[in-house]
Amino acid sequence: MDIKLISTIAAALAVSVGSIGPALAEGRSVAAAMDAIARQPEAAGTISRTLFVGLAMIETMAIYCLVVALILLFANPYAG
Amino acid sequence: MASSPLASAILFHLGPVAITRPVVTTWAIMAVLTLGSWAVTRRLTLHPDRRQATLELIVAGIMGQVEEVIRKEARPFLPILGTLFIFLVAANLSGVLPGVEAPTGKLETPAALALIVFVSVHFFGVRARGPLGYLASFAQPKLIMLPLNVVSEITRTFSLMIRLFGNVMSGEFIIALIVGLAGLFVPIPLMALEILVGLVQAYIFTVLATVFIGAAVCTVARS
Repeated sequence: MDIKLISTIAAALAVSVGSIGPALAEGRSVAAAMDAIARQPEAAGTISRTLFVGLAMIETMAIYCLVVALILLFANPYAG
Repeated sequence: MASSPLASAILFHLGPVAITRPVVTTWAIMAVLTLGSWAVTRRLTLHPDRRQATLELIVAGIMGQVEEVIRKEARPFLPILGTLFIFLVAANLSGVLPGVEAPTGKLETPAALALIVFVSVHFFGVRARGPLGYLASFAQPKLIMLPLNVVSEITRTFSLMIRLFGNVMSGEFIIALIVGLAGLFVPIPLMALEILVGLVQAYIFTVLATVFIGAAVCTVARS
């Protein structure tokens, strides 16, 4: 197969497969945070700050996939 | 195909050094922030007027947030963390202005900012605990954790850089794609989302820098 074709397929695969895990994880963490805030509304400030930081950590995985996809598309070392 | 988001346009050469577009944008933001800070802090009085009250609100707000994370006197860390936050807000939101690209959407600016955080973490760590005490903290809780702690120092700096770059760049990239596909006014909701993402990313970058510094001066558990 052509290297461009392979790179395009690999980029699409990287983003689509790589976003499944972070999506599930973000859903779970937001649900847990909602639960915690419903139980303890006075701790909402601390919980949401920690939630934001945690979400950023989780989202980094999806962003890594995006960066890999972009490198494949725009800065592919094998495309020459 | 849209132009590569990994490359930046070269505007002119200063001797052998190529000056790219994000660098010029960063200079402009730095000039605006420096002049603005000088202008608003010129006449500080004991009875604040509206301008000074807003200024005090911002500074006290940042200080309160830093204090909550670091659980210590926030004053020594305020210059770097506050500047980082205000610069990031300005840089992320500058992409909304017509004709301006956010400098944080190119790889170089987040890399420089992450390096600043990396250096300042060790600076504050050594200053708080002394060189030997700080080095010994890498062997906590057991000596076998030493390689993991050293690796995590590097990977977390790297992820700090990639996170900021990826979020800002992907937003601009999607807007550019939709302008190309759909037309002029269609991406306006996405631009509104981009403002929110820019603010959240500035906040997250600053909070993570605070957590890292807090871990180095040993008030927060190592993350």
